[in-house]
Amino acid sequence: MPGPQKFAGDVMRPRSAVWLALGWVGFALLPWFAGSGTQPTLAPPSPGPAGSALIDGLTNGRWWLLPAALPLILALVATALPRLHARQPAILLASGAFGLAWTAAQGFAIGLNGWAWGWLGALFGPLPLGQGGFGAGAALTALSFLFLMTNGFAGLGFMKGDRFTAGAIGLVLAAIAAFVFLPVGYVLSGAGDTGTGAFSAAALWSRLAAPDIWRLSCLTEAKACGVVWNSVFLAVMTGIATTLLGLAFALVAVRTGFRAKKLLRVLTVLPIITPPFVISLAVILLFGRNGTVTLVLADWFGIPVSRWIYGLPGVLLTQTLAFTPISFLVMIGVVQGIGPSLEEAAQTLRASRWVTFRTVTWPLMRPGVANAFLISFIESLADFGNPLILGGNFEVLSTKIYFAVVGAQNDPGRAAALGIILLCMCLGAFWVQRQWLGKKSYATVGGKGDNGIPSQLPRGIKIAAYATALPWAAFTFVLYGLILFGGFTENWGRNNSLTLRHYLAAFDLSWGPGGLIWSGRAWGSLFTTIEVAALSAPLTAAVGLLTAYLLVRQRFKGQGAFEFLTMLSFAIPGTVIGISYILAFNQPPIELTGTVTILIVCFVFRNMPVSIRAGVAAMSQIDRSLDECSLTLGAGSVQTIRRVILPLLRPAIVASLVYSFVRAITSISAVIFLVSPKYELATAYIVGRVEQGDFGLAIAYSSALIVLMSVVIALIQLLVGERRIGRRTATPVTLQEKPV
Amino acid sequence: MTSAGNWIKSVGLGILAAGSVIALTATPAKAQGPLTVLCGVQEEWCKAIAVAFEKKTGTAVAMSRKSAGEALAQIRAESANPKTDVWWGGPGDPHLQAAEEGLTLAYESPQFADLQPWAQSQYKQSQGRSVGIYAGALGFVYNTELLAKRKISAPKCWADLLRPEFREEIQIANPNASGTAYTALATLVQVLGEDGAFDYLKKLNDNVNQYTKSGSAPAAAVARSETLVGIIFMHDGINQKVNGFPVDVAAPCEGTGYEIGSVSIIKGTKNLDTAKAFYEFALSPEGQATGAETKQFQMPSNRKAAIPPEAPKLEAIRMIDYNFQKFGTAEERKRLLSRWDAEIKAVAK
Repeated sequence: MPGPQKFAGDVMRPRSAVWLALGWVGFALLPWFAGSGTQPTLAPPSPGPAGSALIDGLTNGRWWLLPAALPLILALVATALPRLHARQPAILLASGAFGLAWTAAQGFAIGLNGWAWGWLGALFGPLPLGQGGFGAGAALTALSFLFLMTNGFAGLGFMKGDRFTAGAIGLVLAAIAAFVFLPVGYVLSGAGDTGTGAFSAAALWSRLAAPDIWRLSCLTEAKACGVVWNSVFLAVMTGIATTLLGLAFALVAVRTGFRAKKLLRVLTVLPIITPPFVISLAVILLFGRNGTVTLVLADWFGIPVSRWIYGLPGVLLTQTLAFTPISFLVMIGVVQGIGPSLEEAAQTLRASRWVTFRTVTWPLMRPGVANAFLISFIESLADFGNPLILGGNFEVLSTKIYFAVVGAQNDPGRAAALGIILLCMCLGAFWVQRQWLGKKSYATVGGKGDNGIPSQLPRGIKIAAYATALPWAAFTFVLYGLILFGGFTENWGRNNSLTLRHYLAAFDLSWGPGGLIWSGRAWGSLFTTIEVAALSAPLTAAVGLLTAYLLVRQRFKGQGAFEFLTMLSFAIPGTVIGISYILAFNQPPIELTGTVTILIVCFVFRNMPVSIRAGVAAMSQIDRSLDECSLTLGAGSVQTIRRVILPLLRPAIVASLVYSFVRAITSISAVIFLVSPKYELATAYIVGRVEQGDFGLAIAYSSALIVLMSVVIALIQLLVGERRIGRRTATPVTLQEKPV
Repeated sequence: MTSAGNWIKSVGLGILAAGSVIALTATPAKAQGPLTVLCGVQEEWCKAIAVAFEKKTGTAVAMSRKSAGEALAQIRAESANPKTDVWWGGPGDPHLQAAEEGLTLAYESPQFADLQPWAQSQYKQSQGRSVGIYAGALGFVYNTELLAKRKISAPKCWADLLRPEFREEIQIANPNASGTAYTALATLVQVLGEDGAFDYLKKLNDNVNQYTKSGSAPAAAVARSETLVGIIFMHDGINQKVNGFPVDVAAPCEGTGYEIGSVSIIKGTKNLDTAKAFYEFALSPEGQATGAETKQFQMPSNRKAAIPPEAPKLEAIRMIDYNFQKFGTAEERKRLLSRWDAEIKAVAK
């Protein structure tokens, strides 16, 4: 690195100056309002630079935009005048905070037609003008205020003066505030609504304490229990099942000589790339009252035909199928990262394989187990598609919330109350996870090359892993064979003669006078889906891993609360998120409905938690000494991330890229309210086909999506590459005992 | 820290920040040209009427299919700044609810006189904010193969459903979740009287194997032989029949209720003239013919429209004089649903 170490204030100014300049650009040169959303009819802002806050505020009568210049001037003075350099951080902090607060406050207080809140009108008299939603100018200015503020914090010594960390925390917090807090707040604030818009604590209490939520009658008599108990029981069962399966798969894939590992990986990833109702449909066709397996069992063994699949067993089965891959993706990174030399040391000290596993390997896998369980638990709580199709009379919170919003009873307040309960359960799970992990260190990837050889698994564990993983893999294989086959049949389950007509209906191409015509019915939604997924996946991975870095590598006050905030959007059922996004983003200041942006934003913030979990699990294995070493050698935190941490995080990057890409393609509930006629998504289209009873086209389209996603996953694997840790492989060592 | 490191940091944060700015602003909503319609019927029909309207008027229609509950939830959430122009199709109940909440606009069509009386009654109930475009009667759907195999005669009346052969063989949606099932509940109350209806439902509960969440789900379950009988809107059953499943439908002999598929113009639409043109088109014989063209067999509301031969003949069905006024209100709905919860749901397995 050239040049001597500089005084902190000197480095600070050029950086702050960049943000300050951008702030001025946003304020004085870029159009403040979005050009596309709804515009006020009175004095609409001009396009281009003439529509900037400065010019519009001076000429068009929107005087409330002008005070935003104040903090910009103040920061400019503090940065430019050498006299003020000692106080510059404090001034930056104050002006950034004021600018941000003012921008937000005026945006919310003044809507399309003047004051947005009645009491302001009563206080100040009516406002003749209104304003539209934030545009490029407002976004850039707000961002500049945010970074001026975090630079100020860093300058005052917070975060050890590391401006990158301060800025990153500020950015993540601001994003979560805008895209998770704001919308969720809109929905949850309705929990105490009496139906007239007034708040009443009694209404809130009666909703929260309703007997159909909490009753325990299933223990004492043959009646259904409250939805909370159903949901918790289901989520715990799913969590345990998926964690065990994920662990078994990870152990088989990493720690055994199993031959067809690649195939195994593919099979485990299949369910994650399948729209959920397709699995449910296949499960009905196998285990339903008229299902293949059911009939065979009835014929051969005389097992009476029943509807056992509708209810808890069916939902548990499909959820386990659907969430095992996520748990596997989290677990495999952790199992790969465990340093073999620790196990070798244990064995040198004459520990048996079993003792080694119990006292060394297992404790080191705990972050993986805990994170996998937490994700599956929360996924199960929020899952909507499987209980909808297979739930029967078994009610869970997520479906109850959905029907409280869209059902015949139509009670958003009840949905909000149930949403609060769901959130509290997720908070509880999160707290338990933290308690179990404790404050121990799980770092095994250190600076010293670990030259150990991964020890063989104890025999019992190995048999258990095989016995769990292989039948499950076979089951998955059968299910997918069925699904792929279903796309080629005339009418699946009814008339199994082969046909290509479903594929032709969906993906037909023809030549017209103007060239190629995409005449199939699925092309439009397919292109939008790919666009949205491809845009949101890298953003999700970036935001998620940045957050994971902050959580694992930095220590700051309120970190626990920060971590929980990042999990919020995951814990809420997609439908509620969808409604909340309309409520929050349909009118100024942030107007996004009807655009493709709202889909991308929704996916990024909904899928971010998995990316964070994968990052946290992988990062807690990497010894801090590697970062410290890099920092000692003069690298900054960005360089350390780029050259040291990122290459070690490859499994986590793959997991989060794959997951967010795939979820953007397969999830349905969150976007059902957000898709606009212009931007239809594949899953919304497929669900429409299923409702119509046109399973052929639905399955053909799903199969095509599955193939497409497999290709993309392979590409991501190829591009990001494997993590290279200094490990020897067991193959050249002949002294090693042969696996039994 | 060196300044070089700092610049890299700036760039890194800047990229993230620029990403968020781009995400916020770079993708504009398309201009307010085409008419935005929420569609409550099957997707083929949605597409067909959009294409037909575009061919006739040259105005593009952006059509999005939503179930009735989802459409109402969306219109309500958007009410401060509506993005939808017309809500077309779906049961009349939620349309009445939207009218009651003032989410839709009153408009009288010059074709009003051509409409069937039930379509006009929807108009009157909603104070002009909504009008009927089709009717669909409530009925039974049953699996003919399974019935023949078990030598059970097809159900013809509400009372037949209580027969012991149908033990654990009937599906109906949960009225808390589905408008179809609420129509069934209200119909039974009108046919048997309120106490009689709840007595009936208590007995029926022994024969019900599942209260589904979606109103048309029992039809799919009957088609796939998962259950013997479903209580549904008859056109949903006919749909399965047309798809090649061994099912048939029947209307209960004691009389049955029906839904009035409706159309409403959203209050605050920015394309009022086009919205009115679409409304007129939806009421015209030409617009209503799009249903039969796409194998949708509801009864059209315009007397001049051709009736699809597959449609259940409304004259052959004993229709009750369904009191939408009473059973459409929020209070009555809440009261009946709470009673259902307390007396039926509580004893359900």
